[in-house]
Amino acid sequence: MNPIIRFENVTKRFGALTVLDNFNFEVRRGEKVTLIGPSGSGKSTVLRILMTLEPFQEGLLEIDGISYHEPGGRGPFKASETHLHKIRSNVGMVFQSFNLFPHMTVLRNVVEAPVAVLKMNRGEAESRATELLRMVGLSDKKDHFPSQLSGGQQQRVAIARALAMRPRVLLFDEPTSALDPQLVGEVLGVIRDLAHEHDLTMLLVTHEMRFAREVSDRVCFFDRGRIVEQDEPERFFSNPQQPRTREFLSSILGEQEQMRESLRCAQ
Amino acid sequence: MTWMQYLPPLLKGAQVTVMISLSSIAIGAILAFAAGIARTSSNPILSGIAFVYIVLFRGTPLLVQLFWFYYALPLIGISFDPITTGIMTLSLLTGAFGAEVVRGALLAVPHTQLEAARALNFSKSYTLWHISMPQAVIEMMPAFGNLAIQNLKDTALVSLISIADLTFQAQSMRNITLDSATVYTLTLLGYFIIALCIMLIVRFIEMKLRRGPAFPRSAHS
Amino acid sequence: MMYGYAWDTTTPLTFAISILPILGIGLLVTLQAAAVGYAIALVLGLVLALLRRSRFKVVSWTVAGFTEFVRDTPLLVQLFFLYYVLPDFGIVLPAFMTGALALGLQYSAYTSEVYRGGIEAVPRGQWEAATALNMTRLQTYRDIVVPQMIPRIVPALGNYLVSMLKETPVLSVVTVLDMLGLANMIGERTFEYLVPLSMVGLIFLPMTLICSALIYAIERALPKSGIPLR
Repeated sequence: MNPIIRFENVTKRFGALTVLDNFNFEVRRGEKVTLIGPSGSGKSTVLRILMTLEPFQEGLLEIDGISYHEPGGRGPFKASETHLHKIRSNVGMVFQSFNLFPHMTVLRNVVEAPVAVLKMNRGEAESRATELLRMVGLSDKKDHFPSQLSGGQQQRVAIARALAMRPRVLLFDEPTSALDPQLVGEVLGVIRDLAHEHDLTMLLVTHEMRFAREVSDRVCFFDRGRIVEQDEPERFFSNPQQPRTREFLSSILGEQEQMRESLRCAQ
Repeated sequence: MTWMQYLPPLLKGAQVTVMISLSSIAIGAILAFAAGIARTSSNPILSGIAFVYIVLFRGTPLLVQLFWFYYALPLIGISFDPITTGIMTLSLLTGAFGAEVVRGALLAVPHTQLEAARALNFSKSYTLWHISMPQAVIEMMPAFGNLAIQNLKDTALVSLISIADLTFQAQSMRNITLDSATVYTLTLLGYFIIALCIMLIVRFIEMKLRRGPAFPRSAHS
Repeated sequence: MMYGYAWDTTTPLTFAISILPILGIGLLVTLQAAAVGYAIALVLGLVLALLRRSRFKVVSWTVAGFTEFVRDTPLLVQLFFLYYVLPDFGIVLPAFMTGALALGLQYSAYTSEVYRGGIEAVPRGQWEAATALNMTRLQTYRDIVVPQMIPRIVPALGNYLVSMLKETPVLSVVTVLDMLGLANMIGERTFEYLVPLSMVGLIFLPMTLICSALIYAIERALPKSGIPLR
């Protein structure tokens, strides 16, 4: 089967800084992949490029067989709005800072894009949105505004909003990093449920190692714009091959153990 | 003559002042949105035209603009009646200042909101009108309020192209009665009262926009 | 002053060049009016701002009402008021001084708000720290408050200078022969307004643009944390 996502020798620079260097990466349909690594290692950039939020300078990128490089387009990587529109219809994204629209109710946040972009009729969109909000456990909040919700609730609305567009690929960019520790669980719970969806391809950037181990089919360790090591989670966590992976894992696991310990003490 | 007798002509003038001010604020607002949005456009021609318009009208004195439209333009065959000239000039000036307000407010919408809109595949114009603008408009209101007051004060200059506004009536009354202190005090009070009304209207609109829990905290204190 | 001049109206260009010297004289008047008016605005505004902070409610409210009133009424009417009413009280000033006074008065209402905002933006904790260090009121202002105000108020004050510069042509209404006054006079003589009025606009444009750019540069150069006076 063809991979749904294919990076081939992709290079991405911010000015003089090379974030991705000849990057190669493939994701199978329905696969759940977790990207971990130190900050600035390029893992979020992979998601942002996939979402067309960042251009890249060299190489080839395909989603479901569609190249990001528009055939006959105005030069490389300068695709037209129509082409970008086609690419984006495959992808959804959940942001670290939720990015809900503050001037719309929860329901409206979820309904807006299906009506405006997918041209769904409003009634149908609303019943689907209600269903999605029930799934994330927020049916009673649909007439609230984002500012009235906790961070965890906002992030769950954001997940419902992304799902309402029926993406084949769903990207999670550190979805729990902006949350208070006691709110992390409710968001991870929703993502865990989603991981059971057979058809949905998920790319998850996170620092929650235990969670990564639990939900992913594959874990990739990033360092300086390259994947240093990747494996299925059991092997990856129990027996990392590369010294840099080991170093990273021991430091981050130590930190999280400390955090849990202090939370336990606080309670 | 007592000050009571000054009131009818001054009130007549005040009517003209209010009419000119309101219509040039309305037209100016439309120009402000058009030019402000054009300035943020990625189309270089559109944003270039808006830039030249804004710089030209913000960078030169209103009185020079007014005389230019009133005295100079007819010499190359383009002429309007004084009222039209007055409203047109004030609208263009208010529009140029307002455009910078619109542009500033649009640029102040958090970048993350635009990314979220892109991730949901909204078109550029949909994002502008349904995501950016509703959030930006509220931030524009205090600055628009100041521009409206500035516009009201600027209308006094149209008396110099023979429009019978409040200032013009005051000048005529003074020339007849030579009672400068009373006439000008009443005139200043007249402008002050109109200004207070404009402030109330702007405050009311802002309150309406900000009502509800969507924007619970005032960004301006 | 203009009787000796003859202007070459053959083409717009020769006309423009021939009126340049006289507009230059007008420019000088314009700049002088702005300078005097601005000096008045800076000083009077400061007085108003300090009175506004007075402990006596009567004083602070009166000053607040006065500034609001001046800020919300037209410069032109204020100018007429001073021009025609002051002589009734025996105060006869040259038109130029009356004009500069009107400019200064109007803009003092703006500058006083800038000063006030600047003072209020200094956090309470700074005042409390100064008190804790046993500083006098004067020392607190001189060493703590004013240095922190400067980066905040200088750009705002600068922008009002540009605004005032653009309002100086109003003085031509009370017979001051600034650039616009002279341009109008040339227009009346030659029945040719297009060139003189365009010239005035074209001279103002670079002036205001350069001033704005300078203010922006100063704003960028000022350290955000403040400038010690001593």
